[in-house]
Amino acid sequence: MADRLLEIENLRIEATAYPPGEPPREVVLVKGVSLTLERGKVLGLIGESGAGKSTIGLASMAYGRSGVRLTGGAVRLNGRDLMKEPASGLRALRGKEATYVAQSAAAAFNPAKRLMEQVVEAALAHGVASRKEAEARAVRLFGKLGLPEPETIGRRYPHQVSGGQLQRVMTAMALCPEPDLVIFDEPTTALDVTTQIEVLAAIKEAIRDTGVAALYITHDLAVVAQVADHILVLRGGEAVEYGETQQIITAPREEYTRALVSVRSIEHEEKPEGAEPVLSVRGVTARYRGTGFDVLSDVSVDLPAGQTLAVVGESGSGKSTLARVITGLLPAREGEIDFAGRRLSPALAGRSRDDLREIQMIYQMADTAMNPRQTVGTIIGRPLSFYFGLRGEARRRRVQELLDQIEMGSGFIDRYPAELSGGQKQRVCIARALAAKPRLIICDEVTSALDPLVADGVLKLLLRLQAEEGVAYLFITHDIATVRAIADRIAVMYRGRVQRYGPKSAVLSPPFDDYTDLLLASVPEMRRGWLEEALERRRMESAGN
Amino acid sequence: MHPVLILVARRVALGVLLLWAASVLLFAGTMILPGDVAQSILGQSATPVALANLRAELGLNDPPLTRYLNWLGGVLQGDLGTALTNGQDIAEALGRRLGNTLFLAATAAVIAVPLAIGLGLLAARYRDRWPDKVISTFTLATVSIPEFLLGYIAIFFLSVNFRIFPSLAAVHEGMSLGERLYAVSLPALVLVLVVLGHMMRMTRAAILNVMESAYVETAELKGLRPFAVVARHAFPNAVAPVVNVVMLNLAYLVVGVVVVEVVFVYPGMGQYLVDHVSKRDVPVVQACGLIFAAVYIGLNLVADIVSIVSNPRLRHPK
Repeated sequence: MADRLLEIENLRIEATAYPPGEPPREVVLVKGVSLTLERGKVLGLIGESGAGKSTIGLASMAYGRSGVRLTGGAVRLNGRDLMKEPASGLRALRGKEATYVAQSAAAAFNPAKRLMEQVVEAALAHGVASRKEAEARAVRLFGKLGLPEPETIGRRYPHQVSGGQLQRVMTAMALCPEPDLVIFDEPTTALDVTTQIEVLAAIKEAIRDTGVAALYITHDLAVVAQVADHILVLRGGEAVEYGETQQIITAPREEYTRALVSVRSIEHEEKPEGAEPVLSVRGVTARYRGTGFDVLSDVSVDLPAGQTLAVVGESGSGKSTLARVITGLLPAREGEIDFAGRRLSPALAGRSRDDLREIQMIYQMADTAMNPRQTVGTIIGRPLSFYFGLRGEARRRRVQELLDQIEMGSGFIDRYPAELSGGQKQRVCIARALAAKPRLIICDEVTSALDPLVADGVLKLLLRLQAEEGVAYLFITHDIATVRAIADRIAVMYRGRVQRYGPKSAVLSPPFDDYTDLLLASVPEMRRGWLEEALERRRMESAGN
Repeated sequence: MHPVLILVARRVALGVLLLWAASVLLFAGTMILPGDVAQSILGQSATPVALANLRAELGLNDPPLTRYLNWLGGVLQGDLGTALTNGQDIAEALGRRLGNTLFLAATAAVIAVPLAIGLGLLAARYRDRWPDKVISTFTLATVSIPEFLLGYIAIFFLSVNFRIFPSLAAVHEGMSLGERLYAVSLPALVLVLVVLGHMMRMTRAAILNVMESAYVETAELKGLRPFAVVARHAFPNAVAPVVNVVMLNLAYLVVGVVVVEVVFVYPGMGQYLVDHVSKRDVPVVQACGLIFAAVYIGLNLVADIVSIVSNPRLRHPK
């Protein structure tokens, strides 16, 4: 058929893995996946990390990251079998017939070159257009993608524009040589939800206007539902289900797809008000050394014992700084912090060992929060020795109890972090925090780096532990769905201030202030047409103001 | 004012301060050394009167601060004093020697720097394949062998056995450039071999580090040729570490060539310094030390300025 742009047949991709302490071994990343993409259509590739989405995306340009090899099947682009093309043939098609939009535009742009230079580079290298034509086209694309000052933004360097703008410049870079196929690899995942909606809309419009075909890779079904015509669900390098977008999100056939669609189904009743606060933050203002502005201004929140306060906001709103102030890593300039009936010293050095023990932290990157050369037993055992003086057999028994509490069996105590999955690593970090018998655990984006199903499991575990141990959580997140699942109280932060604060039911009910409204309205919903409605509402509101 | 200018000005000021500190250290160091210059000039049989006279003449009876200021004032006017041993004007004698040393260093640098960067790029391009292994092994070997041994090996093969190059690097005024280059060919060769390894390895490591980054993948996915990827996208981001190690090696070429100059009996700074250290000629040692310090600080200053200027975040702030 003439309108078949990309055909992948029974594709098999292998790589060499180098597990620590073991000989290298061959792993199969993609096991016989087939797909077809017609001209001008958008196919969504969805799945959790390790499903092979990006690997397949790059394979459609016959590109493998280091050590990755295409070992079987066929990849046909515009009727040519890419696996039989020589390197020069592949170079001739990369950047001309197929282009790529990476997840992190901040890393994917060369920091030493101006944006325009990079945007037109592929078009010039392949002789698609003269410099003048290519630059004119780039300026048109900048305008179409809603970038400010399209005429001059190309003269800037990557660090001189924001993350959301950079992602749009990258889309312009992919569209500039007028390719037949664009591969979008998680293009909005690294963005704040309020920015994501704008970039998503810009990408969708650009796809429609240029008639280009696209592979849209993401782990977020609600996002892909807005742009894709068809969806292919992947798991562990195999295709699970393929169908029209509407069918996948409303009537999934496979068990796994159903789990993806119904994820974040936790129902959490908020606990009643009136309990004694375990943590009380009053009028806290803080700034980093050597900067001239406050990152936190006049922040006041209360956290009742055994409850969860969710702190929501976009990056740069001061969420993590609040955690640093409460833990004493960044002493507040003004304001007080009361904890369990006593006043906390602003600086870490002035706090007692009990102050330290009773406030524990769990981080976003469980990977880097653990010493890779210590076993799980050592990692969890350390606070047991430090705070309670447990040694030898007693310590090992207690570690085992904690491992049972986080639903990990006895086989894990002698393992190293590298031998654990992402979810298991985060569970070990939770156990380490619990080992200190804290009254407050600060959870900083603890589920953001996890796949939705795994994140769900971790949230359920946190809720159960709260019921058993009566520990309070200060839960920092940018994800509204997580907030709904776990919070009793919510503080919405914007530019270092608490914008809105109260019980969950009150904060999430109208009437809203402008920012909370924007935040809530920007969370993608899993139905077609949501994007258009949300944009329409935004337009109406900005017209009304 | 542009932030880069402020940074550069600050760095230059720091360099001047450092040089001043070096001059203090040099002066203090030669004061602490045991022995008396007058005594060592006149020898053991000197009469007390002669010693006292000479001390007064040399200003050795003044307080140290006065002597330091006199010396520093002279240095700033280009007067490095007089050599105690032969009464020559140091600035004049040193000028010729310094010129010779710089000529040798420049000859070695002109060959070594492009060669090292080229080999580094080549090794990075063919990472872990045979060109990389050959280059890495060879440069590691030349770095590891002491330079005097390299010098004697070079003399043995290239001037004794095959009689291609002269074993003595004798230069004198009135030689043409070609004759001079021919005269210094062996010491230059040895110096190239000594400094090649560091620069090549740093270039290779810096390029490989940058080749891992996402923007290099972007460039590859644009279908650019491998050479264009390395030259246009990788190299500009690897400049700072490479320039740093290049400058350190250039400094070595000026101040670290003592052994090589002695092996080839080359009339440069190194030889001059060694001669006068053994004669306890303090003003000459101070002058040489100051010039070496200036070269070191100056070249590292250049490296830092290049790093600052090659950083787009500093050059084009938000």
